[in-house]
Amino acid sequence: MMSSVPRPARLSPADLIRLGMVGPRTRTLRSVLSALGVALGVAALVAVTGISASHQAHLLDRLDRLGSNLITVSPGVDVDQRPVPLPKESVAMLAAVAPVETVSATGATQADIYRNDLVPVTQTNGLSVRSARLDLLGALRGNLRVGRWLDRATERLPVVVLGSEAADRLGISGPGERVWLCGKKIQCGWFSVLGILAPNPLVPEIDSTALTGRPQATARLGDDGTPATVYVRTHPARVTDVQAIAGATANPAAPNLVSVSRPSDLLKARAETKTSLEGMVLALAGVALAVGGLGIANTMVVGVMERRGEVGLRRALGARPGQIAAQFLIESVMLGLFGGTAGALVGGATVHLYASVKAWPTAVSLTWVTAGPVMAVVIAAGAGLYPALRAARMSPTEALRSA
Amino acid sequence: MTAPCPEPLLLLENVVKTYPGHPPVHVLRGIDLKVRRGELVAVVGPSGSGKSTLLSLIGTLDHPSSGRILFEGHDLAHLSGSEIAALRAHRIGFVFQQFFLLPAQTAVENVAGGLLYTGEGPRRRRERAVEALQDVGLGQRLGHRPEQLSGGEKQRVAIARALVGRPALLLADEPTGALDSVSGSSIIDLLRDLNTKGTTVMVITHDRELAESFPRRVGIQDGQVAFDDVDDRWPATDSRAAGTRPRA
Repeated sequence: MMSSVPRPARLSPADLIRLGMVGPRTRTLRSVLSALGVALGVAALVAVTGISASHQAHLLDRLDRLGSNLITVSPGVDVDQRPVPLPKESVAMLAAVAPVETVSATGATQADIYRNDLVPVTQTNGLSVRSARLDLLGALRGNLRVGRWLDRATERLPVVVLGSEAADRLGISGPGERVWLCGKKIQCGWFSVLGILAPNPLVPEIDSTALTGRPQATARLGDDGTPATVYVRTHPARVTDVQAIAGATANPAAPNLVSVSRPSDLLKARAETKTSLEGMVLALAGVALAVGGLGIANTMVVGVMERRGEVGLRRALGARPGQIAAQFLIESVMLGLFGGTAGALVGGATVHLYASVKAWPTAVSLTWVTAGPVMAVVIAAGAGLYPALRAARMSPTEALRSA
Repeated sequence: MTAPCPEPLLLLENVVKTYPGHPPVHVLRGIDLKVRRGELVAVVGPSGSGKSTLLSLIGTLDHPSSGRILFEGHDLAHLSGSEIAALRAHRIGFVFQQFFLLPAQTAVENVAGGLLYTGEGPRRRRERAVEALQDVGLGQRLGHRPEQLSGGEKQRVAIARALVGRPALLLADEPTGALDSVSGSSIIDLLRDLNTKGTTVMVITHDRELAESFPRRVGIQDGQVAFDDVDDRWPATDSRAAGTRPRA
């Protein structure tokens, strides 16, 4: 009696994965090297995006500490582009607004600051000299890098507190050193450095400013009492409300000629801006990924040629062409998966290392950590398609004979 | 009333294989062959005579240009590609001169691979592979990789892989070709032993001397059956009286 024809069998997913590992197990070094290209591409993607995200997280973290409830009010310009000074009462007026918690201000002076009296008066280093209220440091949540802040005694003395940038430009490293303050309409003289502020990204203009006490500035540096910039801290939930009325409150006669801004917005926007360098590195990472894909395609083509015997044998053992194609396709995908995963890990580790060195919080973009290996798998699948079809189309007799 | 004649395992009727080209190559020119279950057949012929092509056609790895091949009564021309692949997986075992063992796999993994395309689960595949290796005398070599085995042992692993699915037909293409004479004769003894246990074995060889030791010898010359001898030294059975043209 005629026996029935056996039924074609399917391979289980576990068997397919085992089959996909035959090549990498046999040719480990070659497989590792071909996965390396993809790994580098993914590592670059994860590292670049992660470092950028860590930097952003660092900025936003600092922003949180500096508070996003700060509003600055400063003189605007009229139609002739001349600054319109704020009224002297503007500080008190702003302080009277209910949700306002703290108000402080700097005042303009006629002085410029120099390292010593031998420096030509035109070389101002882009620094300005302002008078400061005693509560300015608190309002800005600023810190001192070194030395002391002004107090009731020192605000009357010829002393300055330098912004960090101002200290660097003048070459001042600590308190006790002398600087020369001079201007056309004032009497020049030596001032002692009392302290140096830490950088304050929220109000970067303070970094390039030398601050002196108001009584001293009024007496010697030509401070007329009009505020240069008013710093307003509000209730965190009412920032926009205060921002809306700040102009009219500061200068009711000409509310349009008051410049009101929320520096945290600017800082936040800057933190979230992607640099062109980052774009370029991402493009390079994309190229690395593509080259990695070509590496896998090359490995697979060579592998299929070398493994004709295996292909012939598998056909003799009952493999269908589709199962042969699946084996090589899965092998290629495995290379992509290994490369992509390794790349994501290396990229993540790089971000962590870089962020720890810079004392930033580590922020690895989960999107890229997932997308990196997925892209690697997709690229590897594309790269493995042709070799897989080629293996599947091989005539078993030819494959066995030529092996 | 006479008992019905048992159906042959393999029947070739006027099988022709021609490779297209200028001029076309006529490899097989009308082969008629009947192989019954339990036979031990040597297909012998010089190189280029068409015996390897014949093995490919019998093993369903290739299609004839014309003529009919019936395996266990099924006309191969009427089976789909998947069915033919399943037929190979379940009913035909192959042994090659070059062994074709996967270097990164152990003996037992290589043998279990012989069942991969049969739908058998991994645990059962392994159990059967261990049994098959014990059957070929390699019960102590289960975990060895091919590089740790001698040539004869490699071929035994390959035979175990061909047998693990208990095929109806074992096709061996120059199984001793890469072996020294001692290993070679032990492999032939093994094949003979398997045959006595019921497996139909066809061995393809160019070695006339080796072929002489087989009870049935089919000679291929220029793509045709030159002779088909059944040796009377061997006990005659129904299945052995299969030679289409016993030498007088």
